[in-house]
Amino acid sequence: MKIITGNDLKTGAVIWWTGQDWSIHVEDAADVGDHGEQILAVEDAALRVNGGYVIDAERTAEGVRPAHIKDRIRALGPTVRPDLTLKPADPNAGNWVI
Amino acid sequence: MAESGNPIPQAASEANYLRFREDSPADEPAVSLDSFFEQPNAVSVRIEAGDDPQRLIPHLSRVKLVEVDFPKFRDGRGFSTARILREAGYTGEIKATGDVLVDLVYFMRRCGFDSFAPDVAIDPAVLEACLNRYPHVYQHAADDAVPIWQLRHPELANG
Amino acid sequence: MYRYDKYDQAMVDARVEDFRDQTRRRIAGQMTDDQFKPLRLKNGLYLQLHAYMLRVAIPYGTLNSTQMRKLAHIARTYDRGYGHFTTRQNIQYNWIKLEQAPDILAELATVEMHAIQTSGESIRNVSADHYAGATADEVIDPRPWAEMLRQMTTFMPEFSYLPRKFKIAVIAAEEDRAAMRWHDFGLRIVKNDAGEIGFEVYPGGGMGRTPFIAYKARDFLPQHQIFSYLQAVLRVWNRHARRDNIHKQRMKILVHELGEEEFTRQVEEAFQHILKLGSDFPQAEYDRIAAYFAPPPFETRLSDEIDRSDPDFAVWVDQNVAAHKAPGYAIANISLKPIKGIGGDITAEQMEVVADLAERYSFDELRAAHTQNLVLPHVRKQDLYAVWQALVEAGLADANLDLVTDIIACPGLDYCSLANARSIPVAQKIAERFADEARQKDIGELKIKISGCINACGHHHAGHIGILGVDRKGTENYQLLLGGSGDENTTQAKITGPGFDEDGIVDAVERAVEHYRGIREPGERFLDTYRRVGMDGFKEAIYG
Repeated sequence: MKIITGNDLKTGAVIWWTGQDWSIHVEDAADVGDHGEQILAVEDAALRVNGGYVIDAERTAEGVRPAHIKDRIRALGPTVRPDLTLKPADPNAGNWVI
Repeated sequence: MAESGNPIPQAASEANYLRFREDSPADEPAVSLDSFFEQPNAVSVRIEAGDDPQRLIPHLSRVKLVEVDFPKFRDGRGFSTARILREAGYTGEIKATGDVLVDLVYFMRRCGFDSFAPDVAIDPAVLEACLNRYPHVYQHAADDAVPIWQLRHPELANG
Repeated sequence: MYRYDKYDQAMVDARVEDFRDQTRRRIAGQMTDDQFKPLRLKNGLYLQLHAYMLRVAIPYGTLNSTQMRKLAHIARTYDRGYGHFTTRQNIQYNWIKLEQAPDILAELATVEMHAIQTSGESIRNVSADHYAGATADEVIDPRPWAEMLRQMTTFMPEFSYLPRKFKIAVIAAEEDRAAMRWHDFGLRIVKNDAGEIGFEVYPGGGMGRTPFIAYKARDFLPQHQIFSYLQAVLRVWNRHARRDNIHKQRMKILVHELGEEEFTRQVEEAFQHILKLGSDFPQAEYDRIAAYFAPPPFETRLSDEIDRSDPDFAVWVDQNVAAHKAPGYAIANISLKPIKGIGGDITAEQMEVVADLAERYSFDELRAAHTQNLVLPHVRKQDLYAVWQALVEAGLADANLDLVTDIIACPGLDYCSLANARSIPVAQKIAERFADEARQKDIGELKIKISGCINACGHHHAGHIGILGVDRKGTENYQLLLGGSGDENTTQAKITGPGFDEDGIVDAVERAVEHYRGIREPGERFLDTYRRVGMDGFKEAIYG
């Protein structure tokens, strides 16, 4: 699947395109097929996302998994600070990125 | 500088042409550096980012306009070009063309640029704010702003 | 230390408003990110993996307790309670919101700090020996010159858009603690036979994907010509550097392509011209700045005795305390490299502890070292025990300065958008492997430096052992390098061979270290042994 990600213009937070809006949770990411660039052009103009880009991902049992480790780390947070990730209660969350 | 105010000049004849000079603009189109040397009557010359401005120095007495092109705002060679021409004593117009970022115009003015004809029109309100932002300067440049170190030592002013 | 006058303050305040306006225009859609990016970078604001990151300048690594407390306040109010000291004497915050960045700059301006030119294609924060003003082996304190360069390189009109970044380091001692020759423009202050002060000038260094060690262009440049000389160097580079390939635009590449001799010739030609313009500032201004760096009022007749009856304290003294020029005083290094921690990271609470210690025991002065540690530069020896106890309490008393666990590491793929691999977990695994204090002590001085990509922010080219993280088909892979150094005998590390995975690189480091222990001669450090025997034996030990 193809999904769209970027950072929130004002806050810098990692965000994922859900089909209607943006979410900080990668599991909410929608498959945009071939429409990624089109959606980005509109969203760029809407001044919500900064540096948006389209990436490959797959849907797994655990949810949407970006193809590249960099985007998996973006989806979770810094692996060396589990307390600052989106899954602070899960000490093994970092294993997901590898 | 802020103390003296830095008014935005009235637009000259063309759109997007900001001119900080009192004299009338040269009415000849600028020619390339090579063409300039071939045409003994040419008074307007265009310097591309990769050209050597020092080649122009022996001919400055007949130059009225130097256009310095910025192919992209990330290319800062034109800043040195303007400095070199002013340091050589050139007092005619130096016009910045191409990709001119409004936030850099203040620094271009300090390097000796005195007109601007950017590809995309500059918002006058933003320009005015940018030009008047800094109350002081830390170094000498092509303008007559007095650097901070000199303001700190007025006793050295005439000595 | 230096204090702003009304002029310095006005400039920094103006920069805050300038950036506030730029940010407003970006958020209002009056600027694209392409246009805004170079402007925010010139103010130290990056977009990293998880948020914006703000890099705050600590000029030549010197700060006071008020400034450190402000850094703590910013960490707590605008970030997530911590900051990260970098490999160039700056501090970075990892969780910054764009809309709050102008307010942070305004807070910094109240304590005479800024983020001007801490990133982007600009002249960066000037770095210096972190023992300046405290060490006996310096000709003069290099910081007045560093401060002069800070001012003169702030908003230099001609160099508003340099080809790439430009880094300056100033030292004044034989021993180089600032990796001076790894900078674009390295300066060593010297005294000539006539007793005059001047500079040895070393242009053209830099790490990154194509590392070069700076060469000596001048044996002695009279001190009051330095700004003219710097302008000449910058002008030659600004005019002649390539502009078509961002990876080939650093000054070191131009120096390499022209050759040292031709580059020097062009600089000297430009210098003779610029010198006549009279842009160097006068002795009176040097004197004004230098007065701020006058030595603090050291007490006399202090004892040099240190009560070593507490063995843990004695270990810390032996490892982390360095000789001071004043009798009865010492330089106390604060390690930011706890075994399970993140190198260079410090919490707001720890910053406040360190600020208190500086105020109480070190004439209100602190230093940030490029090794991502902190320094209390002027501590009475009789106060060392109290300082150490407070550091223990705060979790800042690791006695590992310059040892195998005192690892420099860039933020890597845990934070950085340029990175290809994580650096911090590798540093942590190596530190845990060598955590045993006696083992560290036995290994002795060993500088491991880890970068998560070829930009080399973790200084891997200068590591006795260097590690470079690369992306190999989507997985993290680590190359091992040996023999680098950032000291006065600067050398570039060489790659050993094929890379390793995360656990593999830790094993490989251990094999290299054990090989050294097996063949070292008395008194030899790892680097000395490597230099004596060369790569082959190490290679065999590492790859078998």
